[in-house]
Amino acid sequence: MIALLVRDLRLAVRAGGGFGLGLAFFLIVVVLVPFGVGPESGLLSKIAPGVLWIGALLACLLSLDRIFALDWEDGSLDLLATAPVPLEGIVSMKALAHWLTTGLPLVLAAPALGVLLSLPQQGYVWLVASLAMGTPALSVIGTFGAALTVGIKRGGLLLSLLVLPLYVPTLIFGAEVARRGAEGFEVMTPLLMLGGITFGTLALLPFASAAVLRINLR
Amino acid sequence: MSIWQYANPKKFMDTTGPLLPWIGGASLLCIVTGLVWGFFFTPDDYRQGSTVKIIYLHVPSALMAINAWFMMLVASLIWLIRRHHVSALAAKAAAPVGATMTVIALLTGAIWGQPMWGTWWAWDPRLTSFLVLFLFYLGYMALWAAIENDDTAADLTSILCLVGSVFAVLSRYAVNFWNQGLHQGASLSLDKEENVADVFYYPLLVSIAGFVLLFIFLVFLGTHTEIRARRMRALLARERMV
Repeated sequence: MIALLVRDLRLAVRAGGGFGLGLAFFLIVVVLVPFGVGPESGLLSKIAPGVLWIGALLACLLSLDRIFALDWEDGSLDLLATAPVPLEGIVSMKALAHWLTTGLPLVLAAPALGVLLSLPQQGYVWLVASLAMGTPALSVIGTFGAALTVGIKRGGLLLSLLVLPLYVPTLIFGAEVARRGAEGFEVMTPLLMLGGITFGTLALLPFASAAVLRINLR
Repeated sequence: MSIWQYANPKKFMDTTGPLLPWIGGASLLCIVTGLVWGFFFTPDDYRQGSTVKIIYLHVPSALMAINAWFMMLVASLIWLIRRHHVSALAAKAAAPVGATMTVIALLTGAIWGQPMWGTWWAWDPRLTSFLVLFLFYLGYMALWAAIENDDTAADLTSILCLVGSVFAVLSRYAVNFWNQGLHQGASLSLDKEENVADVFYYPLLVSIAGFVLLFIFLVFLGTHTEIRARRMRALLARERMV
């Protein structure tokens, strides 16, 4: 499983595309927002946590179909499914690799983009904390969506339609932590809820992802 | 005699076929009675005026929108566990009905909300979770439409329905946390002291019964259509072989 993780990371870094693209997309979304809503820093700092969260979510969505698509096309997914490792473990490793290549860079880049949106001083810690807590859930849920649509040609749009409603609870609690943090309120409740969602999906969703993958490989 | 004998498509068709016009007729009768009774023979509410009468469309459709998803969940489970094709097809047939009910509930709510709350839409927990439910219906139907192999499609949509149910419930409570409500509380509960007044209650019950029957009618009809479509495909395939 470690070997699989290393292989996926290496592919992501060397093949290009997925790794930097998500970050660049995140940057562009955040840069476009002031053009859309105007440059007043009061308004921007008010909406900054939400915009950063939605930007991270969309950037995460962008790279989801790459999780299984390439392995599906060249047949290595069939090999992985017959490997003496449970498919649930493979799915979890895929999700972890996706998080390390997409979610983690987004978490690290978020404070820099927060400056562009004049995020209040006390908001940075909680923005990073909420993204670090929430983006693993985005990756795991997204892996489920990618497993569902792996056999469908041009499934990208369908993937978004399936995954975005599943992102609602994560987005609500994540953005709530970031917003409360920026306004200097107490953040523990939504942060714990967010952690509950992340660990719950981590524990349960790989079984569903593996099940749909088995159906798709049948 | 057990309920599982209706898992046989032939048995299912033979039993529900003759019942269909009766269910449809009863549903039409109930809805017309409920609506006419509700619209013309109940007093106006002292604060809401005649706008209160949209309740006879709003409440039954909202009720069915949620119950349709629940029925799909049960049907999906039956398909996953016992692999009865009728069950999977019934779940497929229920999705567009449920989605339509969701839209009816949202639209009638907006029409009522405009004069009463002064807005067509508010990000109220109930409204928001209904919108999310509608998105779930859309995704479910899109997945059915996207996959060519019938059994694969039934399997994948069933699992999506199970996972979606968990997330739908999560979203329901998450939006509660996220924003305070404008929508009034439940006033039809069986276990509560204070409910909506009897004058409004009885026509509403008739209307709800009508919507339940309508849902059963449409699901049966949709399942029949699906079974016939499959038979036709099988016949065509056989003809091509010969």
